[in-house]
Amino acid sequence: MAGYIFRRVLQAIPVFFGTTFLIYFMVFAMPGDPIVALFGDKTPNPAVIEQLRQQYHLDQPFIVQYFIYIGGIFRGDFGISFSGEPVTQILARTFPVTIRLAILALLFQSIAGIVVGLYSGLRKGKLFDSSALVVSLILISLPIFVIAYVAQYVFGVQLGLARTTVGSGAPIQDLIMPALVLASVSFAQIVRLTRSSVIETSGLDFVRTAYSKGLSRRRIVPVHILRNSLIPVVTFLATDFGVLLVGATVTEGIFNVPGVGNTLYQAIIRGEGPTVVSFVTVMVLLYLVVNLVVDLLYGLLDPRIRLVK
Amino acid sequence: MIATDASAAPIDGRAVTPLLEIKDLQVGFQTQRGMVTAVDGVNITLMPGQTLAIVGESGSGKSTTAHAIINLLPGSGRITGGEILFEGRNIAALDEKQMEEIRGRKIGFVPQDPMSNLNPVWSVGFQVEEAIRANGIATGKQDVKKRAIQVLTEAGLSDADRRLKQFPHQFSGGMRQRVLIGMGLSSNPKLLIADEPTSALDVTVQRRILDHLEKLTRESGTALVFITHDLGLAAERAEQLVVMYKGKVVESGPSREILQNPMHPYTQRLVAAAPSLASRRIQSASKPLEDLGYEATRVTEGVDLIAAAESRHEAHAATADTTAAIAVKDLTKIYKIRGGKGSASTLKAVDGVSFEIERGTTMALVGESGSGKSTVAKLLLRLEDATSGEIRIDGTDTAPLKGKSLLALRRKMQPVFQDPYGSLDPLRNIGNTISEPLSVFKVGDSTSRRARVNELLDQVALPKSLVTRYPNELSGGQRQRVAIARALALKPEIVVLDEAVSALDVLVQAQILQLLTDLQSELGLTYLFITHDLAVVRVIADNVSVMKSGRIVEAAATDEVFDNPREEYTKELLDAIPGANIPLGI
Repeated sequence: MAGYIFRRVLQAIPVFFGTTFLIYFMVFAMPGDPIVALFGDKTPNPAVIEQLRQQYHLDQPFIVQYFIYIGGIFRGDFGISFSGEPVTQILARTFPVTIRLAILALLFQSIAGIVVGLYSGLRKGKLFDSSALVVSLILISLPIFVIAYVAQYVFGVQLGLARTTVGSGAPIQDLIMPALVLASVSFAQIVRLTRSSVIETSGLDFVRTAYSKGLSRRRIVPVHILRNSLIPVVTFLATDFGVLLVGATVTEGIFNVPGVGNTLYQAIIRGEGPTVVSFVTVMVLLYLVVNLVVDLLYGLLDPRIRLVK
Repeated sequence: MIATDASAAPIDGRAVTPLLEIKDLQVGFQTQRGMVTAVDGVNITLMPGQTLAIVGESGSGKSTTAHAIINLLPGSGRITGGEILFEGRNIAALDEKQMEEIRGRKIGFVPQDPMSNLNPVWSVGFQVEEAIRANGIATGKQDVKKRAIQVLTEAGLSDADRRLKQFPHQFSGGMRQRVLIGMGLSSNPKLLIADEPTSALDVTVQRRILDHLEKLTRESGTALVFITHDLGLAAERAEQLVVMYKGKVVESGPSREILQNPMHPYTQRLVAAAPSLASRRIQSASKPLEDLGYEATRVTEGVDLIAAAESRHEAHAATADTTAAIAVKDLTKIYKIRGGKGSASTLKAVDGVSFEIERGTTMALVGESGSGKSTVAKLLLRLEDATSGEIRIDGTDTAPLKGKSLLALRRKMQPVFQDPYGSLDPLRNIGNTISEPLSVFKVGDSTSRRARVNELLDQVALPKSLVTRYPNELSGGQRQRVAIARALALKPEIVVLDEAVSALDVLVQAQILQLLTDLQSELGLTYLFITHDLAVVRVIADNVSVMKSGRIVEAAATDEVFDNPREEYTKELLDAIPGANIPLGI
């Protein structure tokens, strides 16, 4: 087990260098001079520009810039944003907000998605099932910003049930509506996935054998049907974590959440290399950790893929 | 409604009332084209402690009848008429709650496929214990566990105590079937329904498990309904026989009587086609056919396995050509096992195998699963490379062949695999499937290919109209014919038949065996016939090699192996052919 985790961590190393290099290169290749852009319409003093260039190592060749940056990361220095704030501080301020948002969304989509999907699958072809299928199809078809604006207008403006934008410090109660919006598409997909998985499992031989042993339906559904049906759902949740982070950019923009998505978007617009790369790197690392956790979770659900100790 | 509470009434072992009485049972499946009747007016009577076998081919309604008894019909299946009286009570009319009381506790069930009938995510102990707990046989953690160990030990699982914590995938097929039998019997039911309990297992394992099942049910006085497609097996194991065909009971009565004097034409065909019985009869086939005094073969609509075997024998004796089409010498294949350490990490799947097959003859390679017989086929076809040893086809060593010359070898040698459902591409129609090898090797133009496809369909006795149909519209037997036609498309000299008839019903099996025999004499083909079923060997093979753990333990002419088996293992395999000990009035 420990060996397996160690191997997975080793695998993360090339992924880490690959992603950071790629992102750094793309930011570098963006057109326009970020320093000049900072001054807007004003004509800056060439000496000031030169000094800024040196401060941000922009006068060095690309590859040197990259290694200066990577070297800094290993000393815990993620660089400084153009506004003069250390990137580590921005990370510490924004990530907790987005992670809270993502976890809320993940909780909602998995719990509600699995419950609705299970019920749908067990009552295939009934009214509940058909309505669940229609609603999930609508949610999947709509772009997330449409859902966000509609939710904002209906629940925030018309009904006054929630605040339309998230206040400072991002309290949990303000994050609930953005989280629901963020989770909506994945919720619909989990409903469909769980449903088809439950229908498939229900028809398997061992379920009939369980009935033939004299077990009641109330025992068979959670013990023999649900657990087996969850395996593909867990796979989906793992890949979906990345989608949640990406989706957060749009949702955070609309609800004005002071999280990763919002900040990253601003940094990309400004061409702030260190900020963009640092954010993406932390996201990639998070993604790797989540995937590792999910792989370990498989073993709990299915002994056939339990790892050799 | 008769309220007979069986647990309260004193039960006499020799009760006069039947334990199970099925009266005019009708079962239908709801389809888009309306109700389709699967079981049509079935009547079955079973006395306490008796054993009854229901025999029929797939689709005959035998499994549906069994599932109807415990009200576990799949999908849209429903009992549409008739009564199922169990201990005098009509259980077809019970609701789900009342049925739960009957299932497991009064009527045990042993399903067909040991691979798919245990939940892969729960330990074996958990699955046995939940049955015991649900039926109130024992309460309390320790008692339940004790009972679980007891039933598994009784079902013949050694070391049951330790194995409770293991998962189904750590068990072999035979062990899983023992678990399922233990589960079915765990609550001492009055009736046990066994739905083809051993058809997925090797013959020797099958024999041991059935012996054990027979002993258990006899000791506890449990009545047994035994469902099988193998008439020989049914007759050997059951006192009463019910033959089903297209949802109807065509014949029923004492087993021996039916076997020796089948009245209904379908039963007669079944008796004639059952390879287990046919090979038994051929065992004395050195006598001419008339002496056997057996009539049924004449009504088998062109399928006559005994005659086929005889003519093969004569034809073989007549040909003097003795060049070896295939010569294999010291063939060895070693696999690396993942996760193993040191020398334990390799598996010798094939261990120093040597044999020769003469042109135009058939050699059967017989063995149980895991004996390495299919690996030999893969090596022969060069789908995998041997670790050491030599394979010569028509005198050419195949190991160094590459590119064009390897393709030429493939053209000469074609395979037919076991599963007719898995070996045809569902997205290609039959015409395309058969002509694919022709287009791969750029043989002829599209007109001549079409002509060849028609010719091939004719050879395998399929109508030409199938050209535009797709595999899912065909029956298992038809698909296997298509697979054979595809194998023959390039006019190969050698056909490797890897369990080519194992997945088919007996009557279809007989037809395919006949077809293979005819094609061989017509086209002078050389067959390597791989099977776990010795029963069919007698019909098709000239020579037999018996494999065990990667080695050939016995190799001889077919008659010799059947009449004078030298190895203990071969004897065991022969004894395991069901129906071998039944006098057929010969």
